[in-house]
Amino acid sequence: MFYDIKLTLKYKYKPAALGGRHILRLMPADIEAEQRLVAGLLEVSPRADERVDRVDFFGTQTTYTTCGGPNPALSFTLTARVNRLASIPSFDMSPPLSALGDEIRHYKGIDARAPHHFLGVSPLVPKSQAVADYARGIVSSQMTSQEAVSRITMALNNDMKFDPDATEVDTPMDEAFENRHGVCQDFSHIMICCLRSLGIPAGYVSGFLRTVPPPGKPRLEGADAMHAWVQAWCGFEAGWVEFDPTNATLVGQDHIVIGRGRDYSDVAPIKGIFRAAGSQETSQAVDVIPLL
Amino acid sequence: MPNRLNKPGQAQYADPLAGYAPPAGVADELMDASGNVRPVWQNFIKFLTALPAGDIERRIARGDQYLRDAGVFFRQYGQTGSVDRAWPLSSIPVLIAESEWNGITTALVQRAELLEAVMADLYGPNTLVASGQLPPALIANSSEWLRPLVGVKPASGHFLQFIAFEIGRGPNGQWWVLGDRTQAPSGSGFALENRVATARMFTDFYSKANVHRLAGFFRAFRDELQGMRQDGSSGVAVLTPGPLNDTYYEHAYIARYLGFMLLEGEDLTVQDGKVQVRTVGGLRPVSVLWRRLDSAFADPLELNEESSLGTPGLLNALRSGTVSLVNALGSGVLEMRALLAFLPRICRSLRGEPLAMPNVATWWCGQEKERNYVIANAKRMLISPALSTKLPFDVDAQSALGGTFRGEATGSVEDWIKTNAQTLVGQEAVTLSTTPAYIDGRMQPRPVSIRVFLARTASGWQVMPGGYARIGKTQDATAIAMQQGGSVADVWVVSEHPVETVTMLPASSAPYVRPDSGALPSRAADNLFWLGRYIERAEGYMRLLRAYHIRLEESGTPDTPLLKYLETYLKPYKIDLDEGVPETLLHCLSSAVRSASKVRDRFSIDGWMALNDLTKSARRMAEMLVPGDDSARAMGVLLRKITGFSGLVHENMYRFLGWRFLIIGRSIERAAAMAMALASMADKDAPENALDLVVDVADSSMSHRRRYSVSTSRDTVIDLLALDVMNPRSVLYQLTEIRDHVHFLSENSAYGPMSPLSKATLALHTDLAIKTPEALDTKALLDLAKRIEQLSNLFTESYLK
Repeated sequence: MFYDIKLTLKYKYKPAALGGRHILRLMPADIEAEQRLVAGLLEVSPRADERVDRVDFFGTQTTYTTCGGPNPALSFTLTARVNRLASIPSFDMSPPLSALGDEIRHYKGIDARAPHHFLGVSPLVPKSQAVADYARGIVSSQMTSQEAVSRITMALNNDMKFDPDATEVDTPMDEAFENRHGVCQDFSHIMICCLRSLGIPAGYVSGFLRTVPPPGKPRLEGADAMHAWVQAWCGFEAGWVEFDPTNATLVGQDHIVIGRGRDYSDVAPIKGIFRAAGSQETSQAVDVIPLL
Repeated sequence: MPNRLNKPGQAQYADPLAGYAPPAGVADELMDASGNVRPVWQNFIKFLTALPAGDIERRIARGDQYLRDAGVFFRQYGQTGSVDRAWPLSSIPVLIAESEWNGITTALVQRAELLEAVMADLYGPNTLVASGQLPPALIANSSEWLRPLVGVKPASGHFLQFIAFEIGRGPNGQWWVLGDRTQAPSGSGFALENRVATARMFTDFYSKANVHRLAGFFRAFRDELQGMRQDGSSGVAVLTPGPLNDTYYEHAYIARYLGFMLLEGEDLTVQDGKVQVRTVGGLRPVSVLWRRLDSAFADPLELNEESSLGTPGLLNALRSGTVSLVNALGSGVLEMRALLAFLPRICRSLRGEPLAMPNVATWWCGQEKERNYVIANAKRMLISPALSTKLPFDVDAQSALGGTFRGEATGSVEDWIKTNAQTLVGQEAVTLSTTPAYIDGRMQPRPVSIRVFLARTASGWQVMPGGYARIGKTQDATAIAMQQGGSVADVWVVSEHPVETVTMLPASSAPYVRPDSGALPSRAADNLFWLGRYIERAEGYMRLLRAYHIRLEESGTPDTPLLKYLETYLKPYKIDLDEGVPETLLHCLSSAVRSASKVRDRFSIDGWMALNDLTKSARRMAEMLVPGDDSARAMGVLLRKITGFSGLVHENMYRFLGWRFLIIGRSIERAAAMAMALASMADKDAPENALDLVVDVADSSMSHRRRYSVSTSRDTVIDLLALDVMNPRSVLYQLTEIRDHVHFLSENSAYGPMSPLSKATLALHTDLAIKTPEALDTKALLDLAKRIEQLSNLFTESYLK
């Protein structure tokens, strides 16, 4: 499936900002047999003083930019064409949950895809007894690893309320879980915490989601959003499988990957510092247009 | 001389070794197993034995006095914050024979090379993990293994340049490595101070005792750091987390000792992939940073986002190879306790030889066989977090020692190990040797561990011939840390032959070149500027308060028109006259101390002490003063103390660039305050005697009498306090000072045409200089004060951003 993706992040400052330094993770990934980046362009306006493009530890395309000031506004625009190839796996080839630990131990290496990065705590996914207790109530050790992941996906989707106004980007995971609400970031972090507590290596995937308009309605321009979901390592045979707890589904051709990490902090779309004294106004517009 | 009055053998001579008995089952540094003093100690003990009674105490007092005068302290953290404590130096050094030391040196150099190889692998090909020599889970879970640094090769080709090893001697006499300090080891500067103090105590003995000197080690390392620079025009700096860090004193000390700039993360900025220091003369390149800051805090953009101590973009500069960090970022991963379990094997596989000095035996519970062994032998082990980077004797609550939990945990240790296997290590409980400490008038054996420092130099790794010894407070080896009441001691490596005496000065016979006085970082300038302002502001408050209380004492009531008027005048400054020492004044003094504490490396110790003494006195007084005469006198005392400090600044402070910033700060504050005071006290509606009051506050009563020989009038007062270029209390005098300093600074900067600051200063000075007293009405005075404050803003913008 081919997509044209357009994303614009805009910042307005009053008074003008004196300068800034950012790290962007917005470019869709280019992975053989999974997703091809046909073309991609990330523009910074006003023109960046310095710009360094590189691939980070987990394989995500990152762009470092600096800009001097004073600037009343700053914008980042991504234009990309992507061919998404991944399809939903038809067989469950994962070992029983009780045997997964052995497989993990046999994985010798700490390359970016190694399960070892994804079992411990990470900056935004701390240990949580409450989440662990919740997860233990849903799965049993006889289940296959993949089935356990699937059950957690469904349970969270059922028990959590999607509410874009309930949490902020820095709401702690514990708090979102306690109130059982949040957005894709909260769903994903809680699910990662559940899986890790069960001994299943789990990470965070940042990307885009194609939204299908209601029947008979036109697609709204700019109304798509960036999205996040979860990857779990289910043994050597099954490898990494991806589930979307916000939408209770396996990840397929509607999901376009930007990057993967331990949690949001590894793949945040934009990180940075702007030297600004006054107020700041932010806007975001995303279009994911399937090419039929 | 007292020892002429006594003859050897008389009762006045105390035997320092009387009753000295090392506990059974441990080695002792001083005595061998049969109770004989070891050869390396014999001369020293002979020397001590010949001292008359009470002499050791006098010597210790001399050393402690030095440490107090030098301002050495350490910060003890309690449940309610931290307190600064006197430096706990144990007077008796630890003596080690050169022949034994050479063995230690060889072993530790081997270990340094091994760690360099492990580091290069962990941030490079990771073959140790891939080949099963290191468990992947340990590395992946370590918060010190920094993924953004994987694949980044250091510009110098080496990851480690300055490291330390904590070593201790076991019961069989063999030395063990207790822990590796590779992040940013502290203690080498303190070791120098310990040496100076100890050498002062035993100066007559030390000079002839063939003790290896330390300066050569530091000189070689300084040269190494200078040699790592990308080019001659870029600088070397010590990067500190700042004054809140518990070893900040050492950072300032070592920067001063080696002649490097002391910088904080916010002093630096990265431009075009290069690290630059913000100085008052613009950006200056830096290409070597000896960091005393933990890796994770170095760059908030790519590492710990919460860090306010770092420099955004630093990692980008590292990747482009324009800066060297010493040690490379991420080196903390080598300090992980669990690594000790694998290093012996890794040494064999990488170097084809066993470790020359074993490290404390360690088993990672994530492996089945090892776990079972730890469970079976828990009684003689310390079981603790595997990823912890603390030293083995730094036992925290999440540990079990000798089979029981140290903290409040309950339940069985075995279950605890099984549940948390991956995160735990078992380590052979440490038994340290004892060394003599002088306690309660006699020598007593106390457990000791020694931190040994290694630096990479042009000729390879060099080991500092000495060290930083830590001495337990009691016989308990786990209570050796200073935070738990332990003390520290000097380490003497004693040769059988005379040793070379070295200093930091170069040995060459090249003609003397006066060194550049160095760039002034904007942050340091800013702190000096504000120190000047705060001190002057405090003095101004004191003068106003004294004037108020003297008049209150005379009138017996605060309800006279003048006192009411003064009270209203002070209101905007939030000065409450019922408080003996108003909170505002105390706050002002604390701000001055805070500013000064951030430029400790540029400040004389006397100045620092005077400032602290002033602040302490003010706080003490605040609790007991009553309004009137009592308060007036107290302000008098504080004024004498504050002028003592100002005198030091004036008489003794080197006229480097920073001094000008301090003076400009003071002048701006004084000029603005005087303009404000005149606007109020010389107003046509001011009560009777207000003019006398302002002359009194300006310490100018005498001058007024001599200059005008009439009673005060508005014209004479304005003339004397606003327009007189000879009166240091007048506005014009201070504006002249500011003008001259700004002129000097702009001549030394890159500005071509006259800067906005120079223009504004000159214009303001001229406008005031041509005024007559009549023309300076209240409105004009208020306008003057406002323009002086604007000058301050312009100044900040030009130099301090």
